[in-house]
Amino acid sequence: MCGIVGLFLKDRALEPRLGALLSDMLVTMTDRGPDSAGIAVYGAPRPGRARITVQSSAPDTDFPALAEALARFDAEVAAKSTHAVISLDAPRLAEVRAAAEAVGAIRVMSAGEAVEIFKEVGLPAQVVDRFGIRAMAGSHGVGHTRMATESAVTTLGAHPFSTGPDQCLVHNGSLSNHNNLRREMLREGVRFETENDSEVAAAYLTARMAAGRSLGEALDDALTGLDGFYTFVVGAKSGFGVLRDPIACKPAVLAETDQWVAFGSEYRALAGLPGIETARVWEPEPATVYFWER
Amino acid sequence: MDRTPRTHPRKSASFDDYTLSEIRRAAATGIYDIRGGGAKRAVPHFDDLLFLGASVSRYPLEGYRERCATDVVLGDRFASKPIHLKIPITIAGMSFGSLSGQAKEALGRGASAAGTSTTTGDGGMTEEERGHSDLLVYQYLPSRYGMNPRDLRRADAIEIVIGQGAKPGGGGMLLGQKISPRVAGMRDLPEGIDQRSACRHPDWTGPDDLEIKIGELREITDWRTPIYVKVGGSRPYYDVALAVKSGADVVVLDGMQGGTAATQEVFIEHVGLPTLACIRPAVQALQDLGMHRKVQLVVSGGIRNGADVAKALALGADAVSIGTAALVALGDNDPRWADDYADLGTVPGAYDDWHEGRDPAGITTQDPALAARLDPAAAGRRLANYLKVMTLEAQTIARACGKSRLSNLEPEDLCALTLEAAAMARVPLAGTDWIPGRGGF
Amino acid sequence: MPVFDLAEQPLRALNAALHASGGDNGRFEVLNPRGAHSVAVGVEHPCEIEVMGPVGYYCGGMNEAGEITVRGSAGPGLAENMMGGRVVVEGDASQYAGATGHGGLLVIRGSAASRCGISLKGLDIVVGGSIGHMSAFMAQSGRMVVLGDAGEALGDSIYEARIYVRGTVKSLGTDCIEKPMRDEHRAEVADLLEAAGIAADPADFRRYGSARKLYHFDVDHADAY
Repeated sequence: MCGIVGLFLKDRALEPRLGALLSDMLVTMTDRGPDSAGIAVYGAPRPGRARITVQSSAPDTDFPALAEALARFDAEVAAKSTHAVISLDAPRLAEVRAAAEAVGAIRVMSAGEAVEIFKEVGLPAQVVDRFGIRAMAGSHGVGHTRMATESAVTTLGAHPFSTGPDQCLVHNGSLSNHNNLRREMLREGVRFETENDSEVAAAYLTARMAAGRSLGEALDDALTGLDGFYTFVVGAKSGFGVLRDPIACKPAVLAETDQWVAFGSEYRALAGLPGIETARVWEPEPATVYFWER
Repeated sequence: MDRTPRTHPRKSASFDDYTLSEIRRAAATGIYDIRGGGAKRAVPHFDDLLFLGASVSRYPLEGYRERCATDVVLGDRFASKPIHLKIPITIAGMSFGSLSGQAKEALGRGASAAGTSTTTGDGGMTEEERGHSDLLVYQYLPSRYGMNPRDLRRADAIEIVIGQGAKPGGGGMLLGQKISPRVAGMRDLPEGIDQRSACRHPDWTGPDDLEIKIGELREITDWRTPIYVKVGGSRPYYDVALAVKSGADVVVLDGMQGGTAATQEVFIEHVGLPTLACIRPAVQALQDLGMHRKVQLVVSGGIRNGADVAKALALGADAVSIGTAALVALGDNDPRWADDYADLGTVPGAYDDWHEGRDPAGITTQDPALAARLDPAAAGRRLANYLKVMTLEAQTIARACGKSRLSNLEPEDLCALTLEAAAMARVPLAGTDWIPGRGGF
Repeated sequence: MPVFDLAEQPLRALNAALHASGGDNGRFEVLNPRGAHSVAVGVEHPCEIEVMGPVGYYCGGMNEAGEITVRGSAGPGLAENMMGGRVVVEGDASQYAGATGHGGLLVIRGSAASRCGISLKGLDIVVGGSIGHMSAFMAQSGRMVVLGDAGEALGDSIYEARIYVRGTVKSLGTDCIEKPMRDEHRAEVADLLEAAGIAADPADFRRYGSARKLYHFDVDHADAY
């Protein structure tokens, strides 16, 4: 009921093409998820700077107000359709985030040094165009096309979900213990934006990492903490990881060349990548954590 | 001949045949009716809940290859030796005295074969049950009959009993017929007299004292042994919260359908909360304290099959406990003894005069000839079979809901057939998203 | 002699050491108890324990073989469910002293508060002073000797325990009656006084015990239930 894609570039010469490659991958997954789409792109961190991606359903009024509200922080606001990317001094991330969230109907999509997240209701091709994803450069990224199951078709319900700095998660599947987990995490002070099971998975990984576990270890923990059927692709500042549940019913294909590692829900998503003809292509094993980083 | 139409004989709904017989019995004897078992009246129960199986939005697990784990750990909050159960179904406390030695042995054999624990009762620990129980919970009761540090140290867990679902606020009762020389010796009582058990503990009252009492028991057992607190269902939110604050490792919560060896009929039928109504307030208390799944909740009272087990777990329990159902598995109220039941003025399925010690099935008796009717090995085998069937049934449901562990069942997997059950279990009425009374209880 | 200063060491260290003492007839001294709970509980092996000050709840609880002396007063549940050995308190004891005790000797040189000897199951209790209300409630077996007075409802619902009181009894509980003192009873009191190290004349005591009217239900005693 969803399509997910991921691309991690080993060859820096490909970085200017990341947005274009990832967009093509995403659009091939339209059949699996026509309700909404989203993408997370990890660009080159700039020393001392952080970025926040925000979304508003009233961008015409909210974003000028945002620029004004953030002027005193020496932050730049670049609007892209319903989203805007705020560039700011890294040490002021928390204050800027709070100031941004106080403006109109603005919601934070992601925050960190490298990640920008864009997601919206509609067909993947429309979403890609609306945010100019094809023109974006970066080291790695993940994308998601959604066919909603038990939660609403809304911008906030779209993937990727980001619950920690430079973290994001896309999910294909259906969890079966997310209500209990959400209740536990709510009591521990975790904030949730949606009723989506995938947001619970993202928050679970963030909570494990906040408890001192590495991303790989947090994914190991997920094998016992999360129940149901899932394939996750998770992004972090330095790379991305893939995890399938122990039953491994939801589709997943990995491919690797000297230049890149790619993930797709189906081979179709990978078919257009340069050098795919000679790539090593395999299905990830159940209950096995895969992780690539630079 | 008078052809006036006659009024059809009409009996009162208020004064039905049972009520009339009770009035006559009371008038003839001058004593209230005493019996065993739990509430017999119809109350909202697990039957009023249904599971929502997986379909397109959720995926089910296959039956064999895809495991659905059933094990549970009880008592890992403070105890250095928590109890590991293979199945989340335990055997509730039932005393030697109310039950024969053979019956206690059979409970131990059956529970051990199924990988779970059994529990002593008001009257102390017998060699039959200790010897045949891999995991034995030693009850610490107001009467302190048979209580001693030697058995305390060889118990796998200690259960401080504050109340029972059949009679929250009441003490025990064992009539003289069942006080055999052995029972009398274990309880430091003269033979053959009516034995009353206190309703309050002799050396503490309330949660502030309880915390100190739990501290003493931990010191005596060098902090090894898990300490449970058992309460009858009456004010579960507060009782569970106070048990947690007092330092319990596990809370055992017994609803009004839970059985007893003997107490007043009026007590059994008119005091306490139905099991279904107990669970959510108890879980709420644990959640409000951030202790859900950290202090385990064991629910009992009217658990009969794997569906009941799964429903109790989905509502938030960590395990369940059975008493009456276990006795039936051993052979209680079996139709094969129909003639004997008729001699006692009753029928199989209705026999509840357990306090009289004349049980045809040889379970709730101290009469050696009757007790010899129960073969502990065969009865234990039946109990083990029954426990395994309940577990398989619960797994069947959990797999259909896409769970790889029984404990991953959630309230959201349930709907209710009646308004009452929807309100008590805090799950939506079937086909709606309406939970009556949501926002308070 | 091991000394445990509870101002410096945790209670756990004391009880763990007592449990580990393994029948070596050791002697232990406990300093600064300051009302601490569960001092010297579950003592399984013979040893002597001297507690230098007042203790809180359940001192000597479930004692099996210890010879425990408290040089001070004791809180609630002193020597509860005691099985054997001896517990001596030089001061007063709070409520529930000797509750459900099965065996051994409990000596309270001062007075005991309410419910002394509640649910007694074989323990002997000697009290130098008085005892409070509801003492020996449901007492099953064992003996109590009280040099002072007894409070309200002495021996309510009593079974086979025997109570000897030298002073006044404010009231007797249900089914508890005064019974004649015979030579065997005076001898019993003399033995208990000697064991407790308390001097008194056994002839000054009166005996109380069960009327045994509650042993079987009788509708005409229903007002007693």
